[in-house]
Amino acid sequence: MLVMVHIMNSEISASCIERWLLVFAERILEKKDYLTDLDAAIGDGDHGLNMARGVERLRERLGSKLVAAGRPLNAGLAAATEPADAETNIGVLLRTVAMTLISGVGGAAGALYGSFFLNAAKEAASLLKNGADPQRNISIAEFSQVLRSGLEGLKQRGKAGLDEKTMIDAFEPAIDALQDSIEQGEDATAAFTAACQAAEKGMQKTIGMQALKGRASYLGPRSIGHQDPGATSTFYLFEAARKAFA
Amino acid sequence: MVNLVIVSHSRRLAEGVKELATQMIFGAPDITTDATDANTDNTVQIVVAAGIPDEECDNATPYRLGSDALYIAQTIEQVWTQDGVLVLVDLGSAVLNTEMALDFLPPEMAGRCQISNAPLVEGAITAALEASLGHDLDTVNQAAESAAHIQKVSL
Repeated sequence: MLVMVHIMNSEISASCIERWLLVFAERILEKKDYLTDLDAAIGDGDHGLNMARGVERLRERLGSKLVAAGRPLNAGLAAATEPADAETNIGVLLRTVAMTLISGVGGAAGALYGSFFLNAAKEAASLLKNGADPQRNISIAEFSQVLRSGLEGLKQRGKAGLDEKTMIDAFEPAIDALQDSIEQGEDATAAFTAACQAAEKGMQKTIGMQALKGRASYLGPRSIGHQDPGATSTFYLFEAARKAFA
Repeated sequence: MVNLVIVSHSRRLAEGVKELATQMIFGAPDITTDATDANTDNTVQIVVAAGIPDEECDNATPYRLGSDALYIAQTIEQVWTQDGVLVLVDLGSAVLNTEMALDFLPPEMAGRCQISNAPLVEGAITAALEASLGHDLDTVNQAAESAAHIQKVSL
């Protein structure tokens, strides 16, 4: 039962989510050329550039709001678990992220990450609508449910499933691992570490796969032997989640 | 009259497709026609939603290669009428982003839009002709899609 109490206290706030996405943005900018190289091998070679433009816009949107709220980025977990500021709730924030990525990233990745965050935003909004306080933090179990809805939106948009050499190969095992860990009563650290590890493993598995979606599918069997750039940026998303939430 | 939106990764490709398709309009207008100065009464409007608007890119035009759902949605809105809009697309993510664009439009508007499975060049040419003859959205799209079966090289 002690474990259960601990879970109840592991909450995700809007500022915590902002921090997650800022860590993600930083990682994408560091790995921009690497992502472009991966994409040049099997796709149209713009994944690094497109993601970098998108996360730069995201940084402008989120960064200005954080500074305005007087909350430094490195304020640590104490600040990260504070209640969200008055004008932001988690649903609104995730929707802002979606719209920023759709036009900022552009291309397939913009539509796919955009669909992920849009559906996540819808789920968060419906969770928060039913409570007394729409600005409240959500539990990590609720957050896992929010991410699961995002994944469903992404799969619907891409009309893709596992083993097609796409970002889903990192997304789905990561969210499965997160949910399993939470259901087993593990804490946020264990849950987000498991998610990150599963995303990494999923990303590595794409090396052996033949691409069935997107520009890489034009290569047929020649796409085998290359790591999928989309699954790689998705791994960075879960790596950032481990840093922000664990 | 059904209007056409050309969605391509490449601005120049889309402009070229528009140029070719405009030739086919029955009672063809001036090919410089675009959404802002078009005669909206009895001429098919063909507009381009191609590339990702980007002021900072190195191209001659402020668009980089790719497709952008919000830009596509705005372009459809500009030329939408009750008769509907047919969207012609080039490659994968142009389809993804057009589908997303339709989600952003009001349902009554999206309900009168179709994404054509037609090949871009042949489809746009066929659709321009069919639309200019005053055919309805289904007919225009069916004709465009059947352009996929045109035999280019005689056996």
